[in-house]
Amino acid sequence: MAAGPPAGRKRVQNRMAEKFVAKASEMTDGDRRIVFVGDHEIGVFRHEGRYYAYSNFCLHQGGPACEGLTIAKVEERLRPDKTSQGLYFSETEMHFVCPWHGMEYDMKTGECVSDRKMKLKKYQVLEKGDEVYVVA
Amino acid sequence: MDLIADRGRRVTVEELNTSRLLAHARKQAVQRKLDDMLIVDVDAHHYENENFKEFIPYMENDVLKQLTMQSIAKSRGGIMPQNVGYQDMGGRVTRYPMRGSEKTDEKGHLRDVQLGHRWMDAMSVDYSCLFPTGMLNIGMHPQKEMEVELCWAYNRWLTEEVMPNAENRFFSMLCLPFNDADEALRQVETFGGRKHVGGFMVTTVRNTGVQENQYMKVYRAIEERGLVLSFHSGPNWAEPIFKTCNRFLSVHALGFSWYNILHCTNWVINGMGERFPKLPVVWIESGLAWVPFLMQKLDHEYMLRPSEAPLLKKKPSEYMRDMYYSTQPMEIQDMQALECTFRMINAETQLMYSSDYPHWDFDLPSTISDLPFLTEKAKHNILGGTAARLFKLPPRNEKQKANLQKFGNLTAAA
Ligand code: FES
Repeated sequence: MAAGPPAGRKRVQNRMAEKFVAKASEMTDGDRRIVFVGDHEIGVFRHEGRYYAYSNFCLHQGGPACEGLTIAKVEERLRPDKTSQGLYFSETEMHFVCPWHGMEYDMKTGECVSDRKMKLKKYQVLEKGDEVYVVA
Repeated sequence: MDLIADRGRRVTVEELNTSRLLAHARKQAVQRKLDDMLIVDVDAHHYENENFKEFIPYMENDVLKQLTMQSIAKSRGGIMPQNVGYQDMGGRVTRYPMRGSEKTDEKGHLRDVQLGHRWMDAMSVDYSCLFPTGMLNIGMHPQKEMEVELCWAYNRWLTEEVMPNAENRFFSMLCLPFNDADEALRQVETFGGRKHVGGFMVTTVRNTGVQENQYMKVYRAIEERGLVLSFHSGPNWAEPIFKTCNRFLSVHALGFSWYNILHCTNWVINGMGERFPKLPVVWIESGLAWVPFLMQKLDHEYMLRPSEAPLLKKKPSEYMRDMYYSTQPMEIQDMQALECTFRMINAETQLMYSSDYPHWDFDLPSTISDLPFLTEKAKHNILGGTAARLFKLPPRNEKQKANLQKFGNLTAAA
């Protein structure tokens, strides 16, 4: 799954390394790549034209947090009288799900949605022309 | 393959490969040197429904066998009582929908054995106690004779075809047809001496009282053979009280605890600990939070109403502390509460690690090895030492042997 840098391009040797992820033209919305930088395993998602990168180690039992399903947040809508209208998929919020036990994370923040104090490490993503890099 | 997400959107995933899915479990095992520790998983599962064609022929009654064979061949009928359930969480737990896509060696061991070895190797589990999945509902079968026949066929297949061809890494506590005590006894007598049989298991989703007189001969037969009796819990949305629940989460959380709370209460209050003092009893797959609750509740009532539990010579909690518990699904949200629970059940000698893999809420060995309040001895005992003693399982390498020795678990195991 991890893509290598294009031939002839040198990896930046700073303490913070830029790791090639993919060509932007090869990633469409809903795509993800897993890249490895030293001990880091990073999931890079493309969602609504933007890139999000998080640690691939789930905060529950260490599963591959970024390798599961992406699925919209489930909401329960209430009427003004507090009765339930039932369950709906959110129009705006996307989650990614750890495949081991189903823990859900907020695509835009990396927060665990059942306890937002728990947050996956977030990595910076750089777009350079048609190339996408993650900084680790 | 594609999984269906919201609004029919398709998310592409690769084929399932258990070793790859559990790569992080392997990493944990290496970091923690778990291979040096004998690890026994006292509750793992396979999907026996994928093997109906293999074991249904072992049914004894020709008419019931024909009925069942036809049903699994082409008819639409089901042969096991079924429950509504969403264990896969709408595909979020991907190994459920992707299960069929995993490749195994057709010339190798049985598929279930190959898959089992993959997850065991990833987690550093040396031995697994193999239990069925759908048959955990067998107690709700409307026909007693079908429960008997299905258990018989499954137990023969497991002891004759599966476990002997699995490099001695699986053992089982065989499923008892508990709605027919005479037949349960016959199965204890038939299978109790077979290799890889560590004991017998009662599925707790059922409506019979474990204290009823008809069962005493079954318990005695298990005790006489030096085997273990276990109670394996499960959820049941069809249970009238659970019909009030509108979410699977609720039914699952309550059901798994409830059936063991119920049967453990009857077991303790009716003095089974006095009647069968040498019979090891294990309560499986209810997690642990229910145990302190029940200990306190039963002690409280017993102090005031001892005349309703005249066989007891000590408090209910003390009998509960004589029994064993499997860890999973371990409630780990409040570390102080968990520590208190471990103290109350004498975890160092009474608790045994279980994964429940491949089910959705499995636990890794690191759930135990990473606990901050446990001694080294307690970790070794819980992860495998206690089970090694109970089921007489030998170490698989020299370091495991040394560790078993160090913590006093070797003598019986080797
Ligand atoms: S490890 Fe990710 S949900 Fe459990």
